Amino acid sequence: MGESAPRKDAPAKVTGRAQFVDDLTLPEMLYGVTVRSTVARGRIQRIRFDPAFEWDECVIVRAEDIPGRNVVPLIADDQPCLAGQVVNHAEEPVLLIAHEDRHMAESARRRVKVEYERLPGVYSIDAALRADAGAPFKSYTVAKGNVEEGFRRAKWVVEGEYETGAQEQLYIEPQGVLAVASPREGVTVWGSMQCPYYVQRALAAVFGLPEEMIRVVQCETGGGFGGKEEYPSMIAAHAALLAWKSRRPVKIIYDRAEDIAATTKRHPSRTRHRTGVAPDGTLTAMEIDFTLDGGAYCTLSPVVLSRGTIHAGGPYRCDNVRISSRAVATNHPPHGAFRGFGAPQSIFAMERHMDRIAKTIGMDPAELRRRNFLRQGDTTATGQVIRERVELPALLERALAESRWEEKRRTFAVTNGNGNVRRGMGIAAFMHGAGFTGSGERHLRSQVAVEATAEGKARVLASSCEMGQGSKTVLCQIAAEALGTKLEDVEIAQPDTAEVPDSGPTVASRTSMVVGKLVESAARDLRRTLDQSGLLEGRTFSEACRELVKRRGGFKSWSRYQPPPGQWWDDDRYSGDAYGTYSWAVQVAEVAVDLVTYETSVTAFVSAQEVGRVLNPALAEGQVEGGVAQGIGLALYEKVVYDKGRVVNSQMTNYIMPAPGDLPPIRSIFLETPYEFGPGGAKGLGELPIDGPAPAILNAVEDATGAAVARIPMTPEDLLDALERTHE
Amino acid sequence: MSDQVELLLQVNGAARRVEAWPLERLLDVLRHGLGLKGTKEGCGEGECGSCVVIMDGKLVVSCLVPALEADGSSITTIEGLGGEAGLDSMQQAFVDEGAAQCGFCTPGMIMAANALCQGGRTMDHASIREGLAGNLCRCTGYMKILAAVRKAGGARP
Repeated sequence: MGESAPRKDAPAKVTGRAQFVDDLTLPEMLYGVTVRSTVARGRIQRIRFDPAFEWDECVIVRAEDIPGRNVVPLIADDQPCLAGQVVNHAEEPVLLIAHEDRHMAESARRRVKVEYERLPGVYSIDAALRADAGAPFKSYTVAKGNVEEGFRRAKWVVEGEYETGAQEQLYIEPQGVLAVASPREGVTVWGSMQCPYYVQRALAAVFGLPEEMIRVVQCETGGGFGGKEEYPSMIAAHAALLAWKSRRPVKIIYDRAEDIAATTKRHPSRTRHRTGVAPDGTLTAMEIDFTLDGGAYCTLSPVVLSRGTIHAGGPYRCDNVRISSRAVATNHPPHGAFRGFGAPQSIFAMERHMDRIAKTIGMDPAELRRRNFLRQGDTTATGQVIRERVELPALLERALAESRWEEKRRTFAVTNGNGNVRRGMGIAAFMHGAGFTGSGERHLRSQVAVEATAEGKARVLASSCEMGQGSKTVLCQIAAEALGTKLEDVEIAQPDTAEVPDSGPTVASRTSMVVGKLVESAARDLRRTLDQSGLLEGRTFSEACRELVKRRGGFKSWSRYQPPPGQWWDDDRYSGDAYGTYSWAVQVAEVAVDLVTYETSVTAFVSAQEVGRVLNPALAEGQVEGGVAQGIGLALYEKVVYDKGRVVNSQMTNYIMPAPGDLPPIRSIFLETPYEFGPGGAKGLGELPIDGPAPAILNAVEDATGAAVARIPMTPEDLLDALERTHE
Repeated sequence: MSDQVELLLQVNGAARRVEAWPLERLLDVLRHGLGLKGTKEGCGEGECGSCVVIMDGKLVVSCLVPALEADGSSITTIEGLGGEAGLDSMQQAFVDEGAAQCGFCTPGMIMAANALCQGGRTMDHASIREGLAGNLCRCTGYMKILAAVRKAGGARP
């Protein structure tokens, strides 16, 4: 470990041999399509089928065809698999059609007209918070110390309000599932996904079958970023329902417009801050109010809200904190998981607010952060004692040095007087909890196995999905080190619920740290067995594995999650050790703002992070560079436009993600402090890098232009408005 | 609906006959008609570049080329690179530099990168960024792709 071992999946990917779900076909296969609601809220009056179309060539599935429960089960079982009498958001699935010709399936979809009695909808956080709009999906209160007392000690009280928009995951491979299903054989699906066991549980409910009759296989997955956490359960149910009724295999592949319009996005948010600041710049009180737009159904909103709430106070020490938060219901398509999971929203607010405080009290923004960083022994807002050394001061110094912070700020102060380009520098400092929140990992009870194979390999069995992040390679590296053998001696199974145990969902920066630890422990067990049986004497590792299988008819060692000692969490009071550990980072953005076009470009970016021991430097850099790129998109380019609850820019031509020319060189720096309970000392990494770019960039824009923009994405039009307000 | 037509194509050096609807996309002809699944569909409107192939020496987005227009042309897809001998230098550079993450944009990215590097031009990052402007990657932030293209481009005769 600690070496940039080449990716196990690279050869198949560079030759085009890697098999994604749309590359699979089965004999007699039909193509499935989804008829979706065209209104955000309404009662279905009637469904008209164009009489000129040959409907007997199609298989049609409606809600009443569902053999089990009409639900996509998750936290609250409120989301139907197919709408019954009412629809609660645009693009809600109403009816399914399959045809053996792809073009005819699409043609059929267009020949179904659903008529609605329209009902009034809720399309903003403000509207959802009005008294008559109903209860939120979830709310939390986190309290520590005495906020009123803290404000009394303050010299300044600084207030601010910040907003973030929806963001599309925009994995380049659209979503899709292939299914076969029958009452006798049960259901088998192959798909692009992050969480095979979520899909299994959903299908068991929809078909009323025991879980062992549901087999879920993950295909090569062309990016997920959270977008393939919960939604594949819906598509799998749809494909399987069509297969169940037709008795033929059915494949559903979304086209890009359908994928953008219908599937989940990052929750839009609004955060209000009120902060007390002492004469020396230390924070005496923080009052934070955080609201997410959950969309029409609950999906994962309670846990997204939880992570956003816990991260809302940033990596700062403050004795008096009160955070109130809620996820509200609207008639937008449900929002869901996206890398960072609520944290980028609340961290955007915190880190913009830190610059507002710095400006108010006349202190350098780096110095203000330095004075307030959490230290070893401090407690977070939830009362968690930080037991490890916090490397934030060192990360800050490295990030400032690498970005030439002082020198550039001095230079820009002079050059910004000339021409039409204004340049500026901005910082963001933050932490990200690794693994599930609170008691989440305890409830998951993840399990993995490592087996010896007849071919003489050690084989990792886990449901954790490779989706580009490099988990196949890293988990094999961890196993190889624990086994004391070469990486070539280790392989990993493709996730298939018929073959691998449930190692939990591939989310929450938990795969290397939590699942990796289980792999390490199972691999050590296998090694112990080989040692104790003397099989390694005079044999290579591979020969020893073969011999073990021959003697025992197969051998698997298992391991199950155990929480680190001393970790406590109180679900009712929302206090305690919110996460086993945190990763820490400081990022610096350098921007250029064109005062003719009002375009902002990020011209340089430094990301310094402490993620425990780095298991594979090339993969880790890839995670940072990709996360920063998505964060730059979130800050400047990626705007989801709704019209009465419908996404109107559902194409790659009008939903803009960063292209090669839109991004700066991204420099990543790792400080390594091994984490006692991570495999080889590793902590979580995947989500961390997307938390900081947006506030760092908007802080830099303010540094460059004086415009204090508090909402992302910040388009050129937004900047123009803000500059006009600034100069009024 | 009009009838299917028979197309004659040179694909990866071999003559292929294939039936297609006249307005079917070259992408569908390759994937469905010929079973060449290495070419990917990411957006269907020429924006993401996952479907790019070489047609008569030029890089085209195969989702915007009608089948009839491709009749008689010579086409190279990702399956036509490297061959028995192994990976071509661009594919190898993508492996070495960690430039493929999820792998879905990768075939298109490699086709575009090869087209860009024809003639062995050595390029700086700015010109590679411009040259790959038609190919989107959501995983990498492009840094490792730039490194791979530079490495392979520089290694060409």
